[in-house]
Amino acid sequence: MKERGVLPGFGLTLGFTLFYLTLIVLIPLAATFYKTSALTWSEFWSATTAPRVMASYRLSFGASLVAALTNVVFGLLVAWVLIRYDFPGRRFVDMLVDLPFALPTAVAGITLTSLYSGNGWIGRFLEPLGIKAAFSPLGVVIALTFIGLPFVVRTVQPVLLEMDPEVEQAAASLGAGRWSIVTRIILPGIVPALLTGFTLAFARGLGEYGSIVFISGNMPMRTEITPLLIVTKLEQYDYAGATAIAVVMLVISFALLLAINLLQHWSRRRIGGAGIDGAGA
Amino acid sequence: MISGRRSAAGRALTEPPLVRRALIGASLVFLGAFLFLPLLAVFVFALQNGVGAYLAALVEPDALAAIRLTLITAVIVVPVNVLFGLAAAWAIARFNFFGKNLLITIIDLPFSVSPVVSGLVYVLLFGLQGALGPWLQAHDIKIIFALPGIVLATIFVTSPFVARELLPLMQAQGTAEEEAALTLGANGRQTFLRVSLPKIKWGLFYGIVLCNARAMGEFGAVSVVSGHVRGLTTTIPLHVEILYNEYQFAAAFAVASLLTFLAVATIIVKTMVEARSRTGS
Repeated sequence: MKERGVLPGFGLTLGFTLFYLTLIVLIPLAATFYKTSALTWSEFWSATTAPRVMASYRLSFGASLVAALTNVVFGLLVAWVLIRYDFPGRRFVDMLVDLPFALPTAVAGITLTSLYSGNGWIGRFLEPLGIKAAFSPLGVVIALTFIGLPFVVRTVQPVLLEMDPEVEQAAASLGAGRWSIVTRIILPGIVPALLTGFTLAFARGLGEYGSIVFISGNMPMRTEITPLLIVTKLEQYDYAGATAIAVVMLVISFALLLAINLLQHWSRRRIGGAGIDGAGA
Repeated sequence: MISGRRSAAGRALTEPPLVRRALIGASLVFLGAFLFLPLLAVFVFALQNGVGAYLAALVEPDALAAIRLTLITAVIVVPVNVLFGLAAAWAIARFNFFGKNLLITIIDLPFSVSPVVSGLVYVLLFGLQGALGPWLQAHDIKIIFALPGIVLATIFVTSPFVARELLPLMQAQGTAEEEAALTLGANGRQTFLRVSLPKIKWGLFYGIVLCNARAMGEFGAVSVVSGHVRGLTTTIPLHVEILYNEYQFAAAFAVASLLTFLAVATIIVKTMVEARSRTGS
């Protein structure tokens, strides 16, 4: 309260922030929910549970889950190697981790498609093994793994960095071996960050569009993700159908955002005040 | 005895060299295949028909129109979001008020909304079928399938970036220096320009660069509101999509390489800003 007396600009900046968010974010989102109220409950239900839509939920959820789990394993590995070991090119590798954040999704999409299609640099080695990467659900997983990797690495890194080395030294001097230090001290300490990174990558995967539409092949019932169905319905002027699916996605996004906030709250308490800026980008 | 125990304890503090090398190797292989190869591939594919074809794809009229539209969009979107980011970060980091955490969550909201849904909400508001559609048409104002729609969708998607970059920075810095300046007789504007701004300039710079990269590279949201009128409402990512779907792969990757340069510049700036803030503190 004292602060408010000394520093200027409270009314102006908060007023502008609220005005801006209301205009840009809240009114458009509210309009979407309002638009669905034109549908009856059974119309809404059939629009959001039609077989083709259900197939897209299965793919979107399944691929996001597999990709986020892959990223938990490799994200932890990369974060560990970057924080704990020194090797030539470490700074370059650290920088490279941010590439999926910065690279436009359409560019990622066409590049991964060209790499993993049958005659691509990677695809040509997979095809003789009977693995069809592009234009299959696996392609969706590959694109989502690319997109989600930085979320896990960047949430785990600061926690690994801030771990007190004295705890490990104490355990070692008490006779603990490396394996039990890693599994009993280090891993429990990064579980909240890993869960946060997993949820961030998963949430991002559900909504992802640009990197997937090229590599998935967009075959109805097989490789259509939910955001693509919204676009397809819009192109057919089925605004009500598109809106109904969008509302389902929005509700899921809000639930995941809530989960992420709770997880971050938990991890902040666990590591004693050190914040994790996991939502950044 | 003592030295023996010490070396056993020392062994428990890190992994054996063989394990260390295996972990570094595994993460380098993973990152090489998932991040470095795509980055390299963009440029190789872009130059597959030679430098002449590469340059021709960039100066072709539709490509130039796309570049122009993308630049116009960024020139409008970035300053607006910088203003918003500064206002939001100032209000949240410098004052205490009821509902602060809710406000931060609402600022983060666009991160968790699918890009496709971000575009759709504006179609539902301003499109012909939308709430304001008939009124806009009666007054001959075009928002959807025109520049204003592209700008609005891009603003929505990129609105959190500057605020998210500045907020933790300003929260960590506290208000003591600003209070001192004000006590010594500086007015609000002087305090902001001479005390607050220099302290956040690098964070602000990175926020601007990131916001700009996302504004120029946004695909899903812009794709929904643009209408894909070639040479008129196609931004660079949409132009890439059109070329790729027409099997003009070299041209698609040539145009995509522009966005890739931007992405690489963005992560270099991030690394520089982080190094600066580490040495500065």
